[in-house]
Amino acid sequence: MFACIYVPNFPIAAALRAEPELQAHAIAIFEGKPPLEQIIAVNEKSQELGISPGMSKAQAELCSDIVLRPRSALQESSSHSALLDCAQSFSPTVEDTARDTVLLDLAGMESLFGSLTKISHAISDRAAALGLAATVATASNPDVALLAARGFSVALASCRLSREHPSTSLRTGLAPAREGTPNLRVIVIPPGKEAERLGPLPVEVLFDDHLQGDPKKAADHLLETLARWGIRNLRALAALPEIALSERLGQQGLQLQKLARGDASRTLVPVEAPLAFEEAIELEHPIVLLEPLAFLLNRLLEQLCARLASRALATQELCLTLELSNLTGIDDEFENVGIPSESDGVDRNGVMWGQPPSAVRRSEAPLHHRRQPKFTRKLSLPLPMLDAKVFLKLLQLDLNAHPPGAPIVKILLSAEPARPRSAQGGLFLPPSPEPEKLELTLARIAGIVGEQKVGAVELLDTHHPEGFRMRRFVAEVARKTPQKKTPDAAEAQAAVTALRRFRPPLRANVTLENGQPTYLVCRRKEVQGEVLWKAGPWRFSGDWWEREAWSRDEWDLALRNGEAVAFYRLVHDLFAGEWFIEGTYD
Amino acid sequence: MSSAVVSTSAALGRPFLFDAEPEPEARCHPERSGNCAKRISRGVEEPALSLPKGPLLSPDPRLASILPASRLEIRPAPEMVTSGIPALDALAGGLPRGCLTEICGPASSGRTTILLAALAAATRRGEYCAVIDASDALDPYSLAAAGVDLDHLLWIRCGDDIPQKVPNSAKKSAGAPPLSRTLRQGGVFDFLCEAPLPLDFQESKLEGSSPRCKGSASPGKSLLYKRSEHRLEQVLRATDLLLESGGFGLIILDLADLPPQSARRIPLTTWFRFRRAVEHKPTILFAIEQQPIAGSCSSLLLQLGMPSTPDVMRLESRTMKWKQIHPQSDSSREAAAWESPARQCRVSLEKGNESRRDGTDFGDITADDAPNVLHIARPAHTHLLTELQFHAELIRSRLDRKPARSITFETKTAWAG
Repeated sequence: MFACIYVPNFPIAAALRAEPELQAHAIAIFEGKPPLEQIIAVNEKSQELGISPGMSKAQAELCSDIVLRPRSALQESSSHSALLDCAQSFSPTVEDTARDTVLLDLAGMESLFGSLTKISHAISDRAAALGLAATVATASNPDVALLAARGFSVALASCRLSREHPSTSLRTGLAPAREGTPNLRVIVIPPGKEAERLGPLPVEVLFDDHLQGDPKKAADHLLETLARWGIRNLRALAALPEIALSERLGQQGLQLQKLARGDASRTLVPVEAPLAFEEAIELEHPIVLLEPLAFLLNRLLEQLCARLASRALATQELCLTLELSNLTGIDDEFENVGIPSESDGVDRNGVMWGQPPSAVRRSEAPLHHRRQPKFTRKLSLPLPMLDAKVFLKLLQLDLNAHPPGAPIVKILLSAEPARPRSAQGGLFLPPSPEPEKLELTLARIAGIVGEQKVGAVELLDTHHPEGFRMRRFVAEVARKTPQKKTPDAAEAQAAVTALRRFRPPLRANVTLENGQPTYLVCRRKEVQGEVLWKAGPWRFSGDWWEREAWSRDEWDLALRNGEAVAFYRLVHDLFAGEWFIEGTYD
Repeated sequence: MSSAVVSTSAALGRPFLFDAEPEPEARCHPERSGNCAKRISRGVEEPALSLPKGPLLSPDPRLASILPASRLEIRPAPEMVTSGIPALDALAGGLPRGCLTEICGPASSGRTTILLAALAAATRRGEYCAVIDASDALDPYSLAAAGVDLDHLLWIRCGDDIPQKVPNSAKKSAGAPPLSRTLRQGGVFDFLCEAPLPLDFQESKLEGSSPRCKGSASPGKSLLYKRSEHRLEQVLRATDLLLESGGFGLIILDLADLPPQSARRIPLTTWFRFRRAVEHKPTILFAIEQQPIAGSCSSLLLQLGMPSTPDVMRLESRTMKWKQIHPQSDSSREAAAWESPARQCRVSLEKGNESRRDGTDFGDITADDAPNVLHIARPAHTHLLTELQFHAELIRSRLDRKPARSITFETKTAWAG
């Protein structure tokens, strides 16, 4: 068995997927160079208003209730990828038939998903979740499924437009009703009933809508011939005598008749859809505020996550590319000279984020900034995740810290797919922070204290007193049982004298007697006084082969300041000859 | 709960009744849990018998909603976990989960030692821990030496990260050295040049950062006041976020270097919120500071004492004893400076002193060898601080209402510079 997923009126469907709030509006898609833009696609509401493909944009604009959108190759590409993702989530054998049509082999899928009707409904639901209103047809033959999907959607659309009920013969091809409402987008044709179900469809279904040039002329000629013969639907074509048809139309005629009877057979040409997950929006008017940007990002992220979920994948890296408007007046030929890179896109001080373009003085933007129209941010996650809300919040926090600096005209969001993490918490294992929540928390805390001041510590292989660096804190579900040590040994090791560092160290004036510190004065009042006890010096040095060589003597001191006694570490920098209090033992 | 008790008693016009010998709340011991069950059953039945009969007992809908104190549900005793120091566990029973624990004391009183011990114990249990370091004072090598699993520790270093311009007058009045001057070309002190202000300068000005000085403060003082507020705000916001996130076994607020007048500016409602946030969760909220600031919100309060002069004298005697054993080491102080531990390790190996071989990268002596430090030819860094005694006093405990008791515990130096 085969299934065909067909998205009727694909340019409109792609536009509605990007802007779902336009579902209730009359919408028309135009393309072409101004002022010769032409309407290429309209939805039913536009047709009711009298707008039809082929009209000029100026004509369509006379209607005040219509929403006009330019044709977007990016949106159509994203929609096509979503269509492939939908098909791939059900079957590994998928044929990329056309931009709006995908065929898939359902052999053996009944045991996984149930009956053909259930599979068809599931495919339709999955497509709807991905933002596509698709017609799904299943049949024993790929061509029959294709003809049914295209033919029934066209016939039903014309019925809706003319406010007529579909004829009984047309309704017999539809799938049984589910939950009390008939699903007009699911067609199931049982084996042996192909010719009967395809019969009412018009003969125009046999020819692709996207034909151009000579093939289109030939198709028009054939249709004209059939019309002269009085052949209006596939049932009439299927009933013609084969020899007579062959004598008049040749092999092409016979092939068309086989299609009309549902007898044609062929094998699918499977494609392996690339694991590229990208969503994009081109904006008619530049965005200058974070709130509307977050609104659009949310939509893109939801679509992206739905696509990833349909392929049972998650993501560990999100890349946001914002195309900024050219505020500088420089010619377009210079516009792409800039080097798009992470976080360096535009200086924050160059152009004020959140101001309308008119509020920005052109002279304020340095020349090298003018040539960077793209702003890229990469969001690396410690673990694969799939939560649009978490992604949105992380992107918002990141953009708050690193604003793009200029109005945005295009948003491109891509995700690097990764296998979702499979971790199972143990009943007897200690709890650990939830990775999604933790990542958000860390991002928020980084916004409070600074990015470099949050994380886990990693000790470096050096004797340098500050030989450590901060790295990302990752909380994974414990896979091993906690270390088992004998209590005595563990506790004996734990109670160690700790050092608290002063960052930066406190400069001190030290009184020496016989080379030993006896009195100490410091700006901090509580860290000065008579040296009660001392030990040292311990000499440390390192990095003598580098410019950053260091050498110093360290002392441990007990200082008496009034009644208080405290222990400190005193450091003598041998190169600079200065004394510092590095920390206190506590 | 307390307000309900007061209102009920006042409404009924009878005196408050106190238990002759208040029993501590039930811990995890099975025999005590039996007592707890008896108390609960007794508390349910008794009020019906002891309530006076009168017009107040008429079915008044307003009084119907008031629950007698004896019928209130007894709060379950929190689970106690080890603090990593046996003496402290013996004193306080450990650290309570789902509660706020305060450790306060002056500098060098052992607050950080207890902090590291608690962290080490928690990470040994496999829990994730977080330290909100108000003064960016934590030493990673001390953490490692204490046995803390660094992969399980989230370190949040608060401070004046926001670059702010300092008025020239403030710089002059403080007499701060020019910050642009490099102390050394590179090395450990490099970061001095990057810091907006030296810490000592900031701290010396914190006296004038109290709210009462706010109105008359100079521009420099008001700036420092804002910085102090900024740091406190960072601590509180980070704590709020971590508590909300959940999943941490131990969250530590390190306020040890904050002056008490600054730390006291944290409103009591904030501590109450923190306490409520960890309640009924397996998280231990732990704060170290100079003086108690959380009031009754803390379930356990330990006061540490500053080291006494006899403690220092004991260290002095140890040092003198060591010098008597090895008089040659003190002959030329400048030239015979005690060498780095790594080199000591090599020297000892060359002399065939295999029995005292050091196992760490720092040439340090293991914990087992620490008591024998006087027998070592050249003591490693901070070994003379071994067996430093800290004094802890139990001021308040939710579980134990006995009078304050104190203990003394010793530390060992398993770490070298």
